[in-house]
Amino acid sequence: MSLTNYLVLAAILFTIGAVGVLVRRNAIVVFMCIELMLNSVNLTLVTFARASGTIDGQIIALFVMVVAAAEVVIGLAIIMSIYRTRRSASVDDANLLKY
Amino acid sequence: MIEAPDLSLAALAPLLFVFGAACVGVLVEAFAPRESRHPVQVAVALVGTLGGLVTSLLLAGEGLVTAGGALAVDGPAVFLQATIAGLGALSLLLFAERSLDPARSAFVAAAAVPAGSPRDRELMTAPRVQTEVYPLTTFAIGGMMLFVAANDLLIMFVALEVLSLPLYLISGLARRRRLLSQEAAVKYFLLGSFASAFFLYGLALVYGATGSIRLSAIRESAAGAGGGVLLVLGLALLVVGLMFKASVAPFHAWTPDVYQGAPTPVTAFMAACTKVAAFGAILRLLYVAFGTSEWTWRPLVYGIAIVSMVVGAVLGLTQTDLKRMLAYSSIAHAGFLLTGVIGYGSGADGTGSGLGPTMFYLLAYGLTTIGAFAVLTLVRDGDGEATHLSKWAGLGRRSPLTAAVMALFLLALAGIPLTSGFTGKFAVFRAAIDDGAWPLVVVALLASAVAAFFYLRVIVLMYFSEPAVDGPTVGVPGLPTTIVLAVTVTATVVLGVVPGAVLDLAEQAARFVG
Repeated sequence: MSLTNYLVLAAILFTIGAVGVLVRRNAIVVFMCIELMLNSVNLTLVTFARASGTIDGQIIALFVMVVAAAEVVIGLAIIMSIYRTRRSASVDDANLLKY
Repeated sequence: MIEAPDLSLAALAPLLFVFGAACVGVLVEAFAPRESRHPVQVAVALVGTLGGLVTSLLLAGEGLVTAGGALAVDGPAVFLQATIAGLGALSLLLFAERSLDPARSAFVAAAAVPAGSPRDRELMTAPRVQTEVYPLTTFAIGGMMLFVAANDLLIMFVALEVLSLPLYLISGLARRRRLLSQEAAVKYFLLGSFASAFFLYGLALVYGATGSIRLSAIRESAAGAGGGVLLVLGLALLVVGLMFKASVAPFHAWTPDVYQGAPTPVTAFMAACTKVAAFGAILRLLYVAFGTSEWTWRPLVYGIAIVSMVVGAVLGLTQTDLKRMLAYSSIAHAGFLLTGVIGYGSGADGTGSGLGPTMFYLLAYGLTTIGAFAVLTLVRDGDGEATHLSKWAGLGRRSPLTAAVMALFLLALAGIPLTSGFTGKFAVFRAAIDDGAWPLVVVALLASAVAAFFYLRVIVLMYFSEPAVDGPTVGVPGLPTTIVLAVTVTATVVLGVVPGAVLDLAEQAARFVG
């Protein structure tokens, strides 16, 4: 199976994630879409590593996983704090700051 | 058997100092008794950042690649590291101010308590203070200093996250108007991680196109094969991710909201240090990795610069909140900075280019903007800082000194001669003209004129309006804020009247080693 297929799959996943961030309203779901984007990048990296025969791409993918885990901790803490106050995680309800 | 990479500890000293202080700060948070925590944390953070400042100044003239090629300690890196450490120390002083707020701190006493609950109201006026902000900020400063020295895309990404994650948290820690602050944190976090996902995809595509993430290797590969679609796409995505951090329009959507919602000292920190760090990375990426394929990024940056200047200047006109107004001002200034980036010189390592002027502009803008936000923390009413424009009417009569200082900063932001803002603008515009980008400079001058209107409007309001009856009070700043104001006022005037020495310094530092 050609490696290009993996790249196309990763691009599709990345696009799904990006569109999800823009159209979904729940902060948790938006956050999951961002994680989807990061993981599609991992797939791209590993594919390129395979194609070029170097292991740099695999190492970068490990770094991305660690960073993504740190991001989850921070993100959930922030979303939790706003949820406990407002009883809602919808990004549409967060509308005090505008114009 | 894995060979250890060569590490030049001397060249890494600024980073080690700041990250060391951040780690010590975490330990202090865990083990020091609550009463002594605040002074200890402030001292640790200040020692770390000032140590970083001094050690980076000692490195001046250095030009080497270390840590297995992952870090470049060269002129621009050292200059910007010193700038970030210095501006970071000033911001930390603003964080440490305890005499302005009746509750003795701008930060929430317990971030985990839901806003508006009985316990929260109880803590609102309690003298308890939060001290996690100091190690978090020190980590962010360390990330920024790593960001400007990153010589490969992976280090750049890790540094981007190390600087961003603490910023997401501290922008949600305001003591007053907690809902606004939390909302700012959520928006900043979601949009920030969205942007870093783009940066990361760009990284992956560039890796695929060139087989390497080392900036110098990308340069060789791009010059040899021309790169193709993957490389251009990767470059575009990398630029999007970095421009977001630098709050350049059209990637600015978060800036006004976060600047307004975050505690004012944090806004000062973000406005000054994040901008320096992001532009440092933009300059390095564009000049070192894509220096040979300048045809690819020049039209892109050209367009973004125009959009940013116009959006910042025009939307700034309609603002009624000073923090939001300064946010749009920062978007316009990002556009002016990009005109300096366009001024790409003849030398392959960035000599004779807009690099020196852009670094000078970053230093001047950072100092002025920290000063402006420091003044904002002084003018208060019952509900914390009074940032609405109408509250500032007649401030010149109520508190002449505060109004005069604010007027100086606003004139500097507008770019009036004899202030640092004028020198910076003059330098970057000249670099752009030398490179033949005069249409861009014409747009920049028009945008400056429009932007000058909203700065001058505040000055007119302060001096030529009747003070409101229920107007705000002007707090007497404690020692930390006084130091910040003295330093920033002096720097704004000195860099405007006798900028020669610092301009030369920036010019000499403008050599990338790659």
